[in-house]
Amino acid sequence: MSTSSPIGARIPMVDSAEKVTGAGIYADDLAPPGMLVGKILHSPHPHARIRSIDVSAATALAGVKAVVTGRETPVKYGILPIGHDETVFAVEKVRYIGDNVAGVAATSEGVAEQALRLIRVDYEILPAYFHPEKSMLAERGLIQEDRPHNIEKEYHHHFGNVEAGFAQAEYVRKDRFDCGEVTHAALEPHSTLAQFDKDGRLTVWSSTQVPYYLMKTLAATLQMSESGVRVVKPLVGGGFGGKSEVIPLELAAAFLAREASAPVKITYTREEVFYAHRGRPRTIIELRTGARRDGRLTAVEARIVQDGGAYCGYGPVTILYSGQLLNAMYDIPNVKFDGYRVLTNKPACGAMRGHGTVNARFAFETQLDMIAANLGIDPVEIRRRNFLKPPCVTINGLRVLSYGYPECVERVVEKSDWKRKRGRLPFGKGVGIAGSHYVSGAASPIIRSTMPQTTVRLSIDGAGVVTVFTGAAEIGQGSDTMQAQIVAAELGIGLGRIKLVAADTARTPVDLGSYSSRVTFMAGNAALAAAREAKKRILAAASQALGTAEEDLRIENERVFNRANPRLALDFARAVRMAAGPGDTLDVEGTYDTPQDARGGNYKGAGVGPSPAYSYSAQVAEVSVDVETGEVRVERITVAHDCGKAINPLNVEGQVEGSVWMGLGQALQEEMVWENGRLMNPGLLEYRSASTLESPPIDPILVESNDPEGPFGAKEAGEGSLAAAIPAVANAIYDAVGVWITSLPITPEKILKALAAQKKGVS
Amino acid sequence: MNKERIRLRVNGKIRELDVHPNRLLLDVLREDLGLTGTKRGCDDSSCGACTVLVNGEPQMSCVMLAVSYQEEEITTIEGVAMAGTLDPLQVGFAQEGGAQCGYCTPGMILTAKSLLARRPDPTEQEINEALSGNLCRCTGYTQILASVRRAIQLISEREAQEVRKR
Repeated sequence: MSTSSPIGARIPMVDSAEKVTGAGIYADDLAPPGMLVGKILHSPHPHARIRSIDVSAATALAGVKAVVTGRETPVKYGILPIGHDETVFAVEKVRYIGDNVAGVAATSEGVAEQALRLIRVDYEILPAYFHPEKSMLAERGLIQEDRPHNIEKEYHHHFGNVEAGFAQAEYVRKDRFDCGEVTHAALEPHSTLAQFDKDGRLTVWSSTQVPYYLMKTLAATLQMSESGVRVVKPLVGGGFGGKSEVIPLELAAAFLAREASAPVKITYTREEVFYAHRGRPRTIIELRTGARRDGRLTAVEARIVQDGGAYCGYGPVTILYSGQLLNAMYDIPNVKFDGYRVLTNKPACGAMRGHGTVNARFAFETQLDMIAANLGIDPVEIRRRNFLKPPCVTINGLRVLSYGYPECVERVVEKSDWKRKRGRLPFGKGVGIAGSHYVSGAASPIIRSTMPQTTVRLSIDGAGVVTVFTGAAEIGQGSDTMQAQIVAAELGIGLGRIKLVAADTARTPVDLGSYSSRVTFMAGNAALAAAREAKKRILAAASQALGTAEEDLRIENERVFNRANPRLALDFARAVRMAAGPGDTLDVEGTYDTPQDARGGNYKGAGVGPSPAYSYSAQVAEVSVDVETGEVRVERITVAHDCGKAINPLNVEGQVEGSVWMGLGQALQEEMVWENGRLMNPGLLEYRSASTLESPPIDPILVESNDPEGPFGAKEAGEGSLAAAIPAVANAIYDAVGVWITSLPITPEKILKALAAQKKGVS
Repeated sequence: MNKERIRLRVNGKIRELDVHPNRLLLDVLREDLGLTGTKRGCDDSSCGACTVLVNGEPQMSCVMLAVSYQEEEITTIEGVAMAGTLDPLQVGFAQEGGAQCGYCTPGMILTAKSLLARRPDPTEQEINEALSGNLCRCTGYTQILASVRRAIQLISEREAQEVRKR
């Protein structure tokens, strides 16, 4: 069997057979004998004090096996150590419509629902806050008592001297951008099964991106030892960040299972998924930028307000990303950022694909085109004039080694036929360009810890079968396949020799999870380090057996052989047995930690933004605008993504296309519409997730900048292309009909209003 | 509510079972027959994850009462691979990246199967129209369309081979 290196090969995902046959198991497919159905009672009020809860009628109902309220769940938790403000069920207060009040476990869904209706809650209604800028003015009736003015967190950064920068500018403009709230809407509703064994040990199977953090939070809230809690991640039907923190049902199922002494499964309805949310917050951005006449930027100043909902969640990270990555793909000497994460009486926002960076990028890239238009510079050219010059450290302390952004820009310009189209298409048609970037893993873990950020273990048996033990969470992005390819490539063996044991906290070493696009860089590097260690030991043993110096040996096509004399060889399994010694199993471990010089500066908030490497994306959108109806149709997207090295181009293209598509959804149609804390569109049709008919062709180009620290040069691929899609569309609309849209989503109403204003000469 | 004895014809087998008459076909398939390849993504026929074939036509089992489908031939994703051999659509979805998280995949494959049975060589627009009731949040559909096209190519290659054999 030939085993030409699997790096760069278009290999189907290692779990594709189970996905296409329906055999793959997701959390909701599990149903152990005696399993009960769990259901949650949600608050009907956006803000209210709980005077009393009477569960006696619910408890007495035949078939009800457990009822749990906040009285039994006093321990506060949250994904960030600085934001432990949630309890599994409400204690004293509810803070949004949908907040969790009580849980029921019963023999059937019908009985559980009936029991929920029997729970009597006496609420004292409190004034509620729905608009972030109004919420910030609050003096009393606060959502979280220890957060004055309902401000969860604020950050104020100033690098260089913006006033001096604006003084040097020959053109300055200030614009306000308002981006609607969007959510992940992964196709799989969240689902969790919790089961205690006879010894009181807990196993939880859950649709999670973060098995390790979930295990820790279960132990903390249930007040159990971490050794007694095991989290297993089955297949996950999409995450996009919506499963990257602990979701209330995961804890509720465990509390109910303990109370009922029986396995309990909770699966959210689609409506509950919308209310569980943790998506991208509504973001209001006031952006002021100064430029010289030649387009060189001299200063940028942003005031960003995010409507975070009622709990902290990832909030401080989200607001920090919006400031920390605002300037960091361009060379801007003076930067000021004032960021406010504000509480309102709505479900908590959180991490969503492109975490924190997307709306700020929309504002920046749109305003950059406004500046270019005013200065008479081509939008491509103004970007070129502000490229970074790596290797470098940005003014806010982000280390940049590989920087494929210039190549991304040139490639999309060429492939989209930009020069022939920009400014030259008939009225109503246009092209626009924009860029974006994203981290390849956060340089610092969420929890304070000195352990490695990822550990991967390999166990190679005497038959030459390699079992990869990895905590990394496959959520459909291809993390298992990526690690299998890396190990196979390094050991010179076929993928058929590799078995994966992944994301099971009782069996796999610690990985922090699938968030911040960290898996390829971090788990990939740990897998590579483990494989290198195995290779070293195998070559050392083979060197002795063959009487050949180690440096003359190669390992390829499942054979270890002398480079000069390939007949002097051992097959892989035999070499493994020699390296293994007694027991015939070779066990090795590899870890990854972000280098110190990539961990950023030393100021409040400096920990968010730094990453060992950044991906880059450039996109050209081609649009048609119907001036009668205001409808915008995206005809095509040409996207170039600098992924460092495409370990699997098929999967990288899939990630890039999916990111662009999700960006287009936010650009044109997706928005959570709230009325007094109630969601008006909690369904997949009402939320307007695009079907095949509204989805344009996306033409991906992979740019390989070969990052010096990435595994085989690889960087992130799953998020960085989302953000650029939005301003590319906005900028194409300007090219098509000459209006700027500064609010998302770009609905037909907004287009018509802008066109009417243009006619009157207001624009 | 009393249970009723019903007979369902699923993937070529007759299955007799006692169910409450208000049970959804989706729940009976998943919970009573253990055919968990059929997925629930919404609760109101918005997403297509629960698609099954009813006499070859794609229908959403989350809004169908099991008792009402006793005469029809029902095909789920588990009935698509014949005698352990993957259907060309299954091969296509694996090879071309049509399944990322995999949750919409069973419904996509069944809908596409119905399309190809009716229109073996559909246009791009016909594929788009046929799949428009099946939502995907991962792929942006580009690789799903490539997967369907790959399946069409595999089918025509297989047919050409069979002609040569004769």
